[in-house]
Amino acid sequence: MNWKIWSLKKSIWVFHVNAGACNNCDIEIVNLLTPKFDVERFGIKLVGSPRHADALLVTGVGTRQAVIRVREVYRQIPKPCVVFLIGACACGTGIFHKGYHVAGPLDKIIREVDPNAIIAYVPGCPPKPEAMISGVVKALSAI
Amino acid sequence: MGAVLEGYGKGTEMIDVLQNLFWILIFPGFVFTLILGLLASWIVRKVSALVQWRVGPPICQPLYDIMKLMGKEVLVPQDAQRAVFLAAPLVGLAGVLLLSTMLWKITITQTAFVGDIIVAIYLMVLPSLALILGSSASASPHAAVGTSREMKLVMGYELPLVLAFIVVVIKAGGRLNLAAIAQQAPVLSISGFLAFVVALLCVQAKLGFVPFDIAESETEVAGGVIIEYSGALLAVWKVMQAMMLVALPLFLVMVFLGGFGTAGWPLVGGIGKYVLVLVLLILIKNTNPRLRIDQAMKFFWVYCGLILVIAVILATIGNYYGINWL
Repeated sequence: MNWKIWSLKKSIWVFHVNAGACNNCDIEIVNLLTPKFDVERFGIKLVGSPRHADALLVTGVGTRQAVIRVREVYRQIPKPCVVFLIGACACGTGIFHKGYHVAGPLDKIIREVDPNAIIAYVPGCPPKPEAMISGVVKALSAI
Repeated sequence: MGAVLEGYGKGTEMIDVLQNLFWILIFPGFVFTLILGLLASWIVRKVSALVQWRVGPPICQPLYDIMKLMGKEVLVPQDAQRAVFLAAPLVGLAGVLLLSTMLWKITITQTAFVGDIIVAIYLMVLPSLALILGSSASASPHAAVGTSREMKLVMGYELPLVLAFIVVVIKAGGRLNLAAIAQQAPVLSISGFLAFVVALLCVQAKLGFVPFDIAESETEVAGGVIIEYSGALLAVWKVMQAMMLVALPLFLVMVFLGGFGTAGWPLVGGIGKYVLVLVLLILIKNTNPRLRIDQAMKFFWVYCGLILVIAVILATIGNYYGINWL
């Protein structure tokens, strides 16, 4: 295996974007860092700048105001990187389907920027922390 | 005969150059300090995790982080001052590399020169200066905030740090020689202890640890001074920080705690002193919230300054009357 990919899998730094979420998924994401789940065991940690990130964690439906920023943040992340869409809203607009403020499913928005983006979907309202860890594992084994 | 001697001279010169390169690049210099530094940054993360009742990362985690960053794309902002932006991490790395090589060489061979403590103080400023340069070259408003905070922080802690070393020099009878200073342990006297506490807090600020991670604060200015760095350049910053985690506590051990032996019990004692300083730094890091920059300035100039003025007076009196514990 390529050493770049091998070390990437060992140390995923995550940047979190809220694209119009109700904060429920965000609380579950913070839950991953608590002593109960402690994802730092696997080298996963939250970082403050997209330039430092390897994974983009998007929650929320992708409102018209937010998608502009989501596109920009995706461009700012050094490649290779992975995108995680957390929650029912981010995966397929959920209960806000065809809402006036919804700019479209987020995977479509990110594919507009980069057609080959690696996107992992973690559905749920909100998804359990176990589900998120499972999503990370599946996405990493797909790289 | 002359030709042979000339050839001999060239040969020894060559060997000297190779030996110096070995000193700087491999044994006490780059590779050795880097490995120790990665281990130390693992200890920082692991002890922090234990304090927070977590499991913490595996022992090779800092190495994985560096490897991963080396393999990633390097993005340079469009408006950045390209040359300075690219060169600044290397300047900082060079500074800390020189500092650690010098300290290890003084420890191992006992070959110090007069005034080396002043050279060490200058070299200790280089990483902070490089951070200021690099972040101000990166054309980002967040980095600008980080730059101004880092500058104020440097101005804040340099004065108490130098005063703390003045206390030690007074205790050593005015000798500006690290090998001579490392023979004694000033921390066992009142003034030396006060100076050690303040110097520990200054090193905390130099390493950018909480409560003095004001310039880098991830929650407000998103990484501050290093916000625009990515890939290999960020890896160089991380390597620099890891090596500072070796050099600065080592310097404290040499100046305040009576130095580092090279064999037998003094070596074990030296490692124990180093780990003690590191764990003190980590515990301060984990039990304090971040200060605002004005609070940090006030802390360093008013409180630490006052403590050190008292310490300098005590040390002078103690030196004059020959009272060692003062």
